[in-house]
Amino acid sequence: MQYMFLIYLDESKFAVMSQAERDSFGDGMLDYDDELRASGHFITAEPLKSPAEATTVRRWNGALTTTDGPFMETKEHLSGFILVEARDLNEAIQLAGRMPLASVGSIEVRPVGVLKRSTA
Amino acid sequence: MAQPADLELVWRQQSRKVLATLIRLLRDFDLAEEALHDAFLAAAQKWPVEGMPENPGAWLVSAGRFRALDRLRRRKRFDAAQVDLLAMEAEDLVADDADLPDDRLRLMFTCCHPVLLPEAQVALTLREVCGLTTEEIARAFLVRTPTLAQRIVRAKLRIKEAGLPYEIPSSAELPARLDSVLRVIYLVFNQGYSAYSGETIMRADLSSEAIRLGRMVAQLLPDGEVLGLLGLMLLNEARRASRQTADGDVVLLADQDRTLWDRDMIAEGRGLVERAFASRQVGPYALQGAIAAVHTAAPTAAETDWTEIVGLYGVLQRAAPSPIVQLNRAIAISMVRGPDVALPMVQALLDTGELADYHLAHVAEAVLLHQLGHRDAAVAAYGRALQICRQEPERRLLLKRLAELNAEAAGDR
Repeated sequence: MQYMFLIYLDESKFAVMSQAERDSFGDGMLDYDDELRASGHFITAEPLKSPAEATTVRRWNGALTTTDGPFMETKEHLSGFILVEARDLNEAIQLAGRMPLASVGSIEVRPVGVLKRSTA
Repeated sequence: MAQPADLELVWRQQSRKVLATLIRLLRDFDLAEEALHDAFLAAAQKWPVEGMPENPGAWLVSAGRFRALDRLRRRKRFDAAQVDLLAMEAEDLVADDADLPDDRLRLMFTCCHPVLLPEAQVALTLREVCGLTTEEIARAFLVRTPTLAQRIVRAKLRIKEAGLPYEIPSSAELPARLDSVLRVIYLVFNQGYSAYSGETIMRADLSSEAIRLGRMVAQLLPDGEVLGLLGLMLLNEARRASRQTADGDVVLLADQDRTLWDRDMIAEGRGLVERAFASRQVGPYALQGAIAAVHTAAPTAAETDWTEIVGLYGVLQRAAPSPIVQLNRAIAISMVRGPDVALPMVQALLDTGELADYHLAHVAEAVLLHQLGHRDAAVAAYGRALQICRQEPERRLLLKRLAELNAEAAGDR
């Protein structure tokens, strides 16, 4: 089973950190990618740019609309993701809980679904 | 040369034993699970090149422990004392490398520790001891996967916070602790056994997991009640094929096709119940096993030794009193002394209110009333049973009975 870890962060917590502290999270996350790679859990991981650069796209009622910013109105925003292969949800939770950013942000773990073309 | 298929086989045969030993050595579920994962990863790399080791289980424990030590050392704030302890334990381990102790029973006692909620005991046992995935357990118990996952996370935290030891309890504590282990096994079995439709396939797997757990405990701790429970489960499991029609309708014991019963399983179950009685530690499981043995010994329903069953229910009522045991005893009495003797007993039980939500109590009353010719009262009792019965196949059976009674009434008029 594949699981997506969605990393939610509150930027104001980072604003008060020293550069060294911020760097330690960046390096820690890269080290963690290596750890997951070595253990065979890793599929892919990417950081996301600031929510200010986000666009939410909708095509409701057939009309294409775009909205600036993240679609969630909370202090936390989606700031990255890791896609892993794990035996079950509890192993995935364990892996997500060990990532450095779990100590300051929230990580949403979602099983990855399979999109199947309808046969009708 | 080791092939991926060999590794798959070793995983199925050894992973739970290896995990149990790693949990004992590392005193931490999560660290042990990581170590197990690392050990199999190392095996996948090394075995195809170096060949499969003579004792794969011991190799995996040693590789897992080595990797865990490595992880602990690399973590920023590692507990130096823990690392020392591990290094020491590792020496012991090498000494009896060839004869790896079976730690699954120890793990089972931890997973069923009374500080954990019953549903957490069940989930933890199935995941850690049986190796089912969170998703499989959630499906079998009709619970949302995140809910079940959280239950497991909390249980592990509770074990850590309470500092529960990974050990088989001392003889003073053993009876009470063994009770909770047996209760979890029987709960898993019944969850698999009571399902009639829908999730039947997964549920049947739960029963075989419970039997496997029962065998494991019986092998390591052949106490009377352990043997009794295993015997009881086998005697019930032996009748599985006859308990429902191809359409998923319920077939009652009296109407079951006895040629479908698994004779080997019945013989094994009987043997276990006899051993339990010979051990002189006869408890509720052995007694229920003995009742199941009497039923399965009868070539036809009519030849059932109901006198023996009445006697066994009497002993069971003294050993583990419950209104359900009293109800079953009353039904057995109706077979020996007639419905007129049993009906007042069933009605007295219903009057206490303790069985008000148990639809089979109302069904028993309905059957006895019908046998005594009180058709209208029987129809009313079936109606009360229908009001509280939630299982679809059981409801179909009750509706069929009601229709039969009504047709009978119409024929009389």
